[in-house]
Amino acid sequence: MSGNSTYQPQSKVLQWFEKRLPIGGLMHSSFVAYPTPRNLNYWWTFGGILSFMLGVQIITGIVLAMHYTPHVDLAFKSVETIMRDVNFGWLIRYSHAYGASMFFFAVYIHMFRGLYYGSYKEPREVLWILGVIIYLLMMATGFMGYVLVWGQMSFWAATVITNLFSAIPGIGETLVAWLWGGYAVGNPTLNRFFSLHYLLPFVIAGVVILHVWALHVCGQNNPAGIEPKSDKDSVPFTPFATSKDAFGIACFLILYAWFVFYIPGYLLNGDNYIPANPSVTPAEIVPEWYYLPFYAILRSIPNKLMGVMALFGSIGILAFLPWLDTSRVRSARYRPVFRQFFWLFVIACIGLGWLGTKPPEGVYVVLSRLLTFYYFAFFIIVLPLLGIFEKTKPLPNSISESVLGAKA
Amino acid sequence: MTTVSSAEHTRRDFLYIATAAVGAVGAAAVLVPLVAQMNPDASTIAAGAPIEVDLAPIADGQIIKVFWRSKPIFISHRSKAEIAAAQKVALNELPDPEPDADRVKQGHDQWLVVIGICTHLGCIPLAHQGEYDGWFCPCHGSQYDTAGRIRKGPAPKNLPLPPYKFVSDTKIQIG
Amino acid sequence: MTKTKTIVALALAAMFAVSVAPAFAQEHAQPSPPRVKWSFAGPFGKYDEAQLQRGFKIYKEVCATCHSLEMLSFGNLADAGGPGYSPEQAAAVAADYKVKDFDDKGQAIERAGRPADHFPSPFPNDAAAAANYGVAPPDMSTLAKARTYSRGFPWFVFDMFTQYQEQGPDYIAALLKGYVDAPKDFKLPQGANYNEYFPGHIIAMPPPLQAGQVTFDDGSPQTLEQYSKDVSAFLMWASEPHMTARKRLGFQVMIFLIVLTGLLYFTKKKVWSAVH
Repeated sequence: MSGNSTYQPQSKVLQWFEKRLPIGGLMHSSFVAYPTPRNLNYWWTFGGILSFMLGVQIITGIVLAMHYTPHVDLAFKSVETIMRDVNFGWLIRYSHAYGASMFFFAVYIHMFRGLYYGSYKEPREVLWILGVIIYLLMMATGFMGYVLVWGQMSFWAATVITNLFSAIPGIGETLVAWLWGGYAVGNPTLNRFFSLHYLLPFVIAGVVILHVWALHVCGQNNPAGIEPKSDKDSVPFTPFATSKDAFGIACFLILYAWFVFYIPGYLLNGDNYIPANPSVTPAEIVPEWYYLPFYAILRSIPNKLMGVMALFGSIGILAFLPWLDTSRVRSARYRPVFRQFFWLFVIACIGLGWLGTKPPEGVYVVLSRLLTFYYFAFFIIVLPLLGIFEKTKPLPNSISESVLGAKA
Repeated sequence: MTTVSSAEHTRRDFLYIATAAVGAVGAAAVLVPLVAQMNPDASTIAAGAPIEVDLAPIADGQIIKVFWRSKPIFISHRSKAEIAAAQKVALNELPDPEPDADRVKQGHDQWLVVIGICTHLGCIPLAHQGEYDGWFCPCHGSQYDTAGRIRKGPAPKNLPLPPYKFVSDTKIQIG
Repeated sequence: MTKTKTIVALALAAMFAVSVAPAFAQEHAQPSPPRVKWSFAGPFGKYDEAQLQRGFKIYKEVCATCHSLEMLSFGNLADAGGPGYSPEQAAAVAADYKVKDFDDKGQAIERAGRPADHFPSPFPNDAAAAANYGVAPPDMSTLAKARTYSRGFPWFVFDMFTQYQEQGPDYIAALLKGYVDAPKDFKLPQGANYNEYFPGHIIAMPPPLQAGQVTFDDGSPQTLEQYSKDVSAFLMWASEPHMTARKRLGFQVMIFLIVLTGLLYFTKKKVWSAVH
């Protein structure tokens, strides 16, 4: 989307077309000639992996919608019909269910990578915020998709999560009524969730286009965290980044296939194979693994409104990251102290995830509060102060120096 | 890059072609489930099993409608007059020439079993209507005779015959 | 970097300690179901046809009195990767059942089942089903996937690699054999039963299977041990009827992906050799 292309089609017909709609030139400048820093490591392939997974989810989702019935009496049955009677239905359904998990797995790596290498810093603030918006949309989409199965866990997750909104003072009850379309989670809820679950992926795709656009305006960050200075610092997107991304996607697919074909029960909650029953709550309500850290934050606070605020705050705070981190050095490679706090943050997130599966009692509550405190302190205290007090290592002069220097 | 030997060139080209070919095979394989899921599913196929119809309650001259594989099947108990009318038509008068004998099972002249879907655009024709007292399609005016053959109107073909057989003199199995 | 590694290691150790400690402290917890050797476990696992047929016999003669199997049709008994009945045998099974339908005049009738019909429910509605024991006996179509149990840390990590996916049948098999006398200090409500493996131990269902109750034609032992295994295997198939096809296709996909990944690796290396 920048002017790196000297694209000129060979055929007369394409030249005619190009003059009227220069889409070939756009594609060429965005995905062929686009210069990428030559020192990108495999953590950078997760952007490509995420685009690929979005495609997988949309395609399998469209297919599933051809067989699914959004009605309280038929939803569970129609999912079972997909699993049993539809040709390759089991494959498509498991691919979609695990696609969600793989999507979140990839997005977490993508986000932690951005955090580690300071990819949110000037001039990439808008790029980062667009990413946070995509992540929020993903969470909403994933949640509504989970409800569509209309098993016990679907139903009660819908009940619990929609009740979160009742905590908002003043408009809470109205908001919840809008979500439900009734006096409780029921058929209208299921219907609107289906509608939105079909819509949101296309909204995500739209924001992804903006995300890529913003990326191509300021160029990619890189492990050294310094901007490319000469032609020697970058390589054209195709074939270099394309071949690397393709290899990354293939490796990712092996992991994905392992889950889909061999351990499809691994992450699916057993209670969701029991049809929804509004009169019986399951013994334990556990969200999907990718929401667990936030669930733990919610439960660590004994006040309803404060808990909900902490939950939304923990995601919302990400949008302010570019300004909370005051350090001028991007990459953690040259920030020895930040690096340690970063890994502690990763551990805190994983720890919160694990605590999200535990009952909110005894030592678990104490731990949850400790880690929740660290989660927020990392953003509000550690990052602003580190920029002032941290003694960073000297930066290399150029990307090519950092690559060749490492080799020598 | 400027001094690439031709041998290396071939080896590299082969690698690229092999990778692209394997990738293309994978992409094609992914299409298999995506296309296969559009075929009727197992429960639909199971529900399309043959059905048996008891002919005894159908009065002389009466036409009933049953459903098989979501399609209406007309079973006409033809009167002597209707059989005679169907048999005496000259084949060259018919847009889709077919003798009456080919439209029924041998020895069961009085039973006509046809799929009740107009061969024009899929509407269901009305029984005992039209100039030939067979079927008349209300959508675009196609007219069928007492053997379910097209006589007039835009439909190109006779009403098709479903696969069926006589289990006994008064019972047929469709499918 | 070494400092970082120490921190990570310490944190992981702490997490491990915290996760294991409460496990020892828990009281009245039910034991983990013992692992059964299933023919359908692992990457090349297949259902044992004879075992599924025996399991179906148990379902038909015992479980079906109270438990529905509504997602399955009689025709499914003849599906590939299942109990291995012929379509004719499945039709014969169907014909033994009475299915509710309407005649030409709209009157409710009962007719012989057809392969496309689903297994009829033993009760007309949920309330009638709940009348006997206070709770409705669960439908059995997805039971083997619904009745899992948490493996806890660190086992759930290993399960990812060992492909342990048989928590459901392990649990059901254990439950069927798990009827023992309640401990003396245990308060068992009137009419309830004590089961070692049932969460909370109080189960409404009385012991459903006794040795010798179901006759096997293939000479398999007619013991509670065998019954519980066979019916659990049958329920696993009922829950996941395409498992054999899934694992077979999975193996092909894995081989393909490994070849493709290898080729892409060398392609990437070749491409990048120009700049390194």
